[in-house]
Amino acid sequence: MTRSIAVTINGRIHRGEVEPRTLLSDFIRAEGLTGTNIGCEHGVCGACTVQLDEEPVRSCLMLAVQADRRAVRTVEALALGDDLHPLQRAFQDAHALQCGFCTPGFLMSLDAFLRRRPDPDDEEIREALAGNLCRCTGYVTMVEAVQAAAKALGGAAG
Amino acid sequence: MKPAPFAYEEPRSVEEALDLLARYGDEAKVLAGGQSLIPLLNFRLARPERLVDVNRIDELSYVHREDGKLHIGAVTRMATLEHSPLVAARWPLLAESARLVGHPQIRSRGTVGGSVAHADPAAELPAALTALGASFQARSQRGSRTLAAEELFVTHLTTALEPDELLVEITVPPLPPRAGGAVVEHARVHGDFALGGASVLVVLAEDGTCSRASIVLLAAAPTPLRAVAAEEALAGTGLAEAELAEAAELGAEELDVSGSQRAHRRALAAELTRRALVLAAERARAAP
Repeated sequence: MTRSIAVTINGRIHRGEVEPRTLLSDFIRAEGLTGTNIGCEHGVCGACTVQLDEEPVRSCLMLAVQADRRAVRTVEALALGDDLHPLQRAFQDAHALQCGFCTPGFLMSLDAFLRRRPDPDDEEIREALAGNLCRCTGYVTMVEAVQAAAKALGGAAG
Repeated sequence: MKPAPFAYEEPRSVEEALDLLARYGDEAKVLAGGQSLIPLLNFRLARPERLVDVNRIDELSYVHREDGKLHIGAVTRMATLEHSPLVAARWPLLAESARLVGHPQIRSRGTVGGSVAHADPAAELPAALTALGASFQARSQRGSRTLAAEELFVTHLTTALEPDELLVEITVPPLPPRAGGAVVEHARVHGDFALGGASVLVVLAEDGTCSRASIVLLAAAPTPLRAVAAEEALAGTGLAEAELAEAAELGAEELDVSGSQRAHRRALAAELTRRALVLAAERARAAP
């Protein structure tokens, strides 16, 4: 018993036949967009975070059918060709990743966070990081990266 | 780590949802924001035959004020409550509580009605809504009824909602003048469910004494725990620090937790309740 869905991912319509139980995270990856990683699959680690209508969501806690005719953004939407997004560049510069498995989830959470809070203080950054887990690098360099990205994005807007 | 198969219904209106629940209520589960239910499905701890997904019922997504009361549609997202200027201005305890729910990624999907119907005794919104004297409207094809928190929350993860009933609205009465609310909780990791906490509201009379206190402990019993003895102890007092500490101790005595954690959890409940009361009293004194 499958259903036809059409999900806009990063501006492109992806059509599919899915069972209602198919998780959004699995649908996205099956479409070849494997930047979204699946970690815990119960909403704790944040690795699968994407944006639904610009807001961060856990894609393992949504059914693919629920994204039918909605707009999803994944980590693949951040860089423009070889031009890294300011957040990605800041993560690279600050050594805010090692294995990188958790990074796409962090980036999608933080991209939405900086839209809402373009000039955050350290406390707000730490709170924004709390919904994602990193098991190798730690968070200190991430706080630095977010500060740098906020500055870079503010500069671009100003 | 993938859900077992289920039939899937996607009603667009309350009428349609009630029709589905009347037909399939016993075997169906209502899917709201999914931030608690989908993990249970993924673990296969829940294996409902059918999901009635209420996310596309737009008529249940609203926050507005009418006759002085706050009306919250059951499918309103936590993030909407968190960012609502109306809620922040008039029912700040609700906004403060919403900010403590999980993380932004959870609040963007999680719904107010979902949190209420899930009835986790450690959850922030059921405790705050209990403290604020909210009422809960349930509908079915048999009709509509309104429940108080004490009637709705039956035990751990269990409400008085019948299988054919849908929670449609939460109504919060206006705060009287000179009212102050506060929620203080402790979780081992930011965003986790609390190990203890208190959601409180104190109201001052014109002479500055306490005319009414609502004290609700979370993660303290199978339901949000109303600490009645503590509330009564505060009425008529000047809310001095010692009186607040004494009331907090009384509240913690009602803790319904047994086993090796009890002493720790009791101490935690007393201290967190005391802090919440101190904050609420300060706010009540500063309120118009």
